[in-house]
Amino acid sequence: MSPEIIRLIVQATGDTLLMVAVAAALGTFFGLPLGIFLATSGRGELLASPWANGALGAIVNATRSTPFIILVVAIIPFTRLIAGTSIGTTAAIVPLTVAATPFIARLVEGAIREVDPGLVEAARAFGASPLQIVLKVLVPEALPAIVLGLTLAVVSLLGFSAMVGAVGGGGLGDLGIRYGYQRFMPDVMAAVVVVLIVLVQAVQSLGDRLSRRLNRRVISRS
Amino acid sequence: MSITLPDPLTGGAQRLVPEQPLVRLEGISKIFAGRGKGAPTVTALDGIDLAVAPGSVLGIIGRSGAGKSTLIRLVNGLEKPSAGRVVVDGAEVSSLPERALRHARRSTGMIFQHFNLLSSRTAAQNVALPLEVAGYDRAAIRARVDEMLALVDLSDKRDRYPAELSGGQKQRVGIARALTTKPKVLLSDEATSALDPETTRSILSLLRRINREFNLTVVLITHEMSVVRAIAGEVAVIDRGRIVEQGDVFDVFTRPQAEVTRSFLAEESGRALPSYVADRLHPEPVDGGRAVVRIVFRGPHATDPVIAQLAREQGVDANILAGTVDEIAGRPFATLVVGVPGGEEALASTLAFLHQRGLDTEVLGHVA
Repeated sequence: MSPEIIRLIVQATGDTLLMVAVAAALGTFFGLPLGIFLATSGRGELLASPWANGALGAIVNATRSTPFIILVVAIIPFTRLIAGTSIGTTAAIVPLTVAATPFIARLVEGAIREVDPGLVEAARAFGASPLQIVLKVLVPEALPAIVLGLTLAVVSLLGFSAMVGAVGGGGLGDLGIRYGYQRFMPDVMAAVVVVLIVLVQAVQSLGDRLSRRLNRRVISRS
Repeated sequence: MSITLPDPLTGGAQRLVPEQPLVRLEGISKIFAGRGKGAPTVTALDGIDLAVAPGSVLGIIGRSGAGKSTLIRLVNGLEKPSAGRVVVDGAEVSSLPERALRHARRSTGMIFQHFNLLSSRTAAQNVALPLEVAGYDRAAIRARVDEMLALVDLSDKRDRYPAELSGGQKQRVGIARALTTKPKVLLSDEATSALDPETTRSILSLLRRINREFNLTVVLITHEMSVVRAIAGEVAVIDRGRIVEQGDVFDVFTRPQAEVTRSFLAEESGRALPSYVADRLHPEPVDGGRAVVRIVFRGPHATDPVIAQLAREQGVDANILAGTVDEIAGRPFATLVVGVPGGEEALASTLAFLHQRGLDTEVLGHVA
């Protein structure tokens, strides 16, 4: 491989990491509270507001059922509004965030619903308010599962980021398609795949380790 | 109900009037809507009246599904009654708005069958949680947590997570957590049902100690008579949403009226007939056989030498088939199952003799 190609791979890795990191951070920023709300606002629940729950749930489902590549194209006007342009790595962060937010919200919702309802009852019994129950009971107790969910979201974002080449997003996926596939350079394709595998492995084992550390339900050996 | 009014002569309220109950339930019923459209409603509680005096221990016993969980949750407003009033320490819990109810809950602690401790917090942090929620400052929380952990004898486990504690230790943390806000009432929801007998005893003796030391009122629900007997002064037996029997533990244990109470007591030692008697029991008298009589000795009569007197004064040679001598709520109590020979007249005179001495009898049947 020529130094030129290696430079391209490094550049593409950097783009991918930037897109995924920013989209994951923004997706968590919006998705975490959304997930908490979805988990606690059903009929008869802590922050019961079934109407808002139903509406947000429908929006989340609609976003999640749109194939990512279509979402990217469909929201181009929105992307342009936010990023000033619809082309390039920065612009690609917008659809990635839009896709990541409902995904993370559902993962957080699932994690919170897994918390033993007995803990909520105990907290109500000693006089905690709904907000205190969310912040001091539900989120801390669900944290190991939330971390695993976020890990899954980051891994999925690595996959999604390969598609933003369609709008000039750059990154590893784009490089693989343009050089590896369209210019018949299998070694570039192989390099891209290897880098992606390494990234996914790294993210997953980091997430697993962090989750295990936070999980006090099993006795840690450390 | 009696109300203590300031006495115009003494200027104080120190009159000999019966103490105001700390917890009062009046005409409570609770109906749950059925799940799904057109599903029948479920009546969990039906016409419950209950009063708990300050410093007393009330045991509520019932089978699962009898409504006892719903009943105890009314006391701290986790459930709202469909009809009736719940008054705790002068506040009408059943009609308080949410915010005031949260505040009122600080004067009612609760412990649970499965402890309900946060797995992400250490023992000390779990105990601190009700205080954090109530807005105490760090120094006050720390002092109070140390005091509570010392009370339940867990000072050395303060930084352990629940997963590292045994069941009994977890329940001690639960008790410490329930008491941090200095409640007047402790609600115990089957708190020992997930524990082994040994641990159950130690948790019950801790609760008894706390009840005495702090004059803490305890309302506990259980399905085990042994728990009621070990700790409660009063007992209410609940069946299908109604209180079927209620009173002093000694009275209810020694003179059970309701069928449910009898069946609960049958599980206690000494009440059930041994199978070698039960299997041979006939409802009708048997020629040349014996009548099987259960004699219940309550309080001062528990140690009377009745069998010897029976032989000497009545000439009846009763033989002992089963029996126990025991103590309930600190008072002696014995049951003896005897065989009385000699047909109907001998039985009648024996029963009369026993009644004369203040003993309760029950003819269970006849054996050959």
